[in-house]
Amino acid sequence: MPKSVKVKRGLSLNLKGETEKILVDAPKSKIYTIKPPNFHSIVPKMVVKEGAKLKAGDELFYSKYSEKTRFVSPVSGTLKEIVRGAKRRVLELRIEADATIEYKDFGQMDPLSASKEEVKELVFSSGLGAFIQQRPYDILANAEDTPKAIFVSAHNTAPLGASFEFILKSKMKHFQTGINVLSQLTEGKVYLGVDADSASELKSVENAEVVHVSGPHPAGLVGTLVHEIEPMNQGERVWTVRPEDLAIIGELFNTGKLNAERTVAVAGNAAEERKYFRTLIGAEVKTLLSGQNPDGCRLISGDVLTGAKVEEAGYIDYYANELTIIPEGNHYRMFGWLPFKDNDIHSMSKTSLSWLFPNRKYDVNTNLNGEERALVVTGEMEEVMPLDLYPMQLIKACMSGDIEKMESLGIYEVAPEDFALIDYTNTSKIEAQEIIRQGLDLMITEVG
Amino acid sequence: MSFIRKKLDEIKAPFEPGNKLEKYRPAVNALDTFLFVPNHTTQKGAHIRDAVDLKRTMITVVLALIPALLFGIWNTGYQHFSQLGEEVGIMEAFMHGAWKVVPMIAVSYAVGLGIEFVYAIKRGHEVNEGYLVTGLLIPMIMPVDIPLWMVALSVIFAVLIGKEAFGGTGMNILNPALTARAFAFFAYPTYMSGNEVWVSEAGAVDGISGETILGKLAAGTEVPFDSIHMFTGVIPGSIAETSTLCVLAGALLLVLTKVADWRIIVSGFIGAALMGLLLNALPSMGVDGNDLTNFAWYNHLIVGGFAFGVVFMATDPVSAAQTMKGKWIYGLLIGLLAILIRTLNPAYPEGIMLSILLMNVFAPTIDHYVVEGNVKRRKKRLQTKTVKTA
Repeated sequence: MPKSVKVKRGLSLNLKGETEKILVDAPKSKIYTIKPPNFHSIVPKMVVKEGAKLKAGDELFYSKYSEKTRFVSPVSGTLKEIVRGAKRRVLELRIEADATIEYKDFGQMDPLSASKEEVKELVFSSGLGAFIQQRPYDILANAEDTPKAIFVSAHNTAPLGASFEFILKSKMKHFQTGINVLSQLTEGKVYLGVDADSASELKSVENAEVVHVSGPHPAGLVGTLVHEIEPMNQGERVWTVRPEDLAIIGELFNTGKLNAERTVAVAGNAAEERKYFRTLIGAEVKTLLSGQNPDGCRLISGDVLTGAKVEEAGYIDYYANELTIIPEGNHYRMFGWLPFKDNDIHSMSKTSLSWLFPNRKYDVNTNLNGEERALVVTGEMEEVMPLDLYPMQLIKACMSGDIEKMESLGIYEVAPEDFALIDYTNTSKIEAQEIIRQGLDLMITEVG
Repeated sequence: MSFIRKKLDEIKAPFEPGNKLEKYRPAVNALDTFLFVPNHTTQKGAHIRDAVDLKRTMITVVLALIPALLFGIWNTGYQHFSQLGEEVGIMEAFMHGAWKVVPMIAVSYAVGLGIEFVYAIKRGHEVNEGYLVTGLLIPMIMPVDIPLWMVALSVIFAVLIGKEAFGGTGMNILNPALTARAFAFFAYPTYMSGNEVWVSEAGAVDGISGETILGKLAAGTEVPFDSIHMFTGVIPGSIAETSTLCVLAGALLLVLTKVADWRIIVSGFIGAALMGLLLNALPSMGVDGNDLTNFAWYNHLIVGGFAFGVVFMATDPVSAAQTMKGKWIYGLLIGLLAILIRTLNPAYPEGIMLSILLMNVFAPTIDHYVVEGNVKRRKKRLQTKTVKTA
């Protein structure tokens, strides 16, 4: 019997604008951009200057505080511009792509026959380290650590989330190699979470313990998987890798090339062409819009709960597998606060009649549907929090910066995305993800 | 609609950031957001949000209070005229009640919201909607003949000392409405208990029998009401707490909409029933007890302010226990203590107010121990892990 995780508390949002399962090539992007702020807490030390000629896989910068973690170019071309913000913080590295991509050759390696050290060395020197996150703190993995286990969740339960099964269909060979690589990076096991109800090939992956996951969102979040399988304790490290990134890792070991291919699902009720687009990491957003004019819409690199706002002239984020397009909600609703009014807007609360229609698909927009207020209502956060912790108490501990309390209430086990549904459902419109992020950052500086 | 919107935007213009009247913005916003859900969009975190907000939650509680309020207004008139020995129609009784009750509600809202607005402007946050409920609750739990200035003073005490002193909405330890009542109760006891305050203009009537049922039981006098009276609420008492039927109608709305936690309500009633049963059993254990302890346990549940308190006050999420297990314990203790105070303390013929306030104080402690269970589980996991690896 395979291990299984059944999540009970949570919420699967049923939204309009699902992506059709059609895979097409996106038009070539002229410019690809790496955004160092995508790598939380990394301070980039540049190794190339503007105008430098690059191959795909050539180093761009490394992390000031963990030099082994290197960041490389996803394409070959010319480093056209380094965009800096306040205090000369590097915001974007814009690379003008060549017509045909030239790859740096890292040499092939069979991860299972190579030594653990060799595998680790190749992973971090070739820029693959950028694909590995760690818990606690939800930051990039440190090359010096050996994690107690590595988790991959290939079951995406996020609203309008891309289907990893679909994305990985043509990449199973590389994905398997990627799993083999991970098995060399940990003393413990590699766990792969898959949709319990699907008949996907992912279930027959070797060298990883396959976990059958079922239940509402956030069942598919890797944090839920970690919590259910091997909960984090103080002082421990686990690593997590996103599924498509794992295929990139595997491909580099199979071919010696860094093929930074990214499949982006265009979704959302305001998106006109909803397909899976094959492109590269950091591509221009407009290459994914199929000519659509997104005025009056919010473009989200990622899903509606955890993604980041991007502009039409912007670039897709490093890890994003979705470009979600929903209408902006900057309009007024007269007496919209009356109970049982505007039932076409989804609500977890029974003060709306939307619960009478469990199968209805909802139109969404970015309206806050209210204003921020003091924390009053209790018990609602617990309903969407499957982890065995007290979310409101933890949020309050983070707000007051009480490190001891945060520790005892389980700050090491969480990432901001685990609190995304709380952002969505809470009556007081508290920004839970932001509060947790600040709490984690405080822990990094105070405890490390 | 767009016309109203345009007008509002014109009115709001001088209050926008950068203008002279900027600091009074929360006051104008409070009025604006009462008409319209604002056009604010998500700026960080999740890009989409649930339709619920605090205004909707609080208005649901106000809706739930309406049956008890309407009944209370009618009953005020009915009790008045029946004491005079006059037979009057429903409308006439209702008008008499409204004449008494509406000014109290007006004073409560005017004074309380006034303070809320001042603090919102002072602290630069938006006006919280919690007072919409508190402001209605306060007159509903007062005796009908209490002077308006006492209502005003009680409101000031409750909002300033009970809430703002602790940091405002969401931070208060005690339920603000009960704080107001407790203030009036201890500051002006002659207006808050006895046999003349429960019926409108009772002082003008000779030979009044306007005591509450609990008052009569405590005094050992005959109770001319049966369970049906107590359940429907055609009895003297604070303005809107007498009708268990109307309270339960409100409770139904609160529980179905999940605005109030059913655990607190159910465990509160269980606690009271248990204590009632225990007290009823005293004679069989060789203790005599008194009229109150011998009062049938089910009557304890439907008489006095018990049902109203458990449904509308004990469930106040800010002052109640916040954890699931905590809510069971909190509700159960409120029920047990309410009946215990009611029956065994001769100074207070009703116990629900003191029992809720007492448990408000202990709610954080209950939560602490519940959360500690979770913390210990985490620590234990760490220990077994360290032992294994060592």
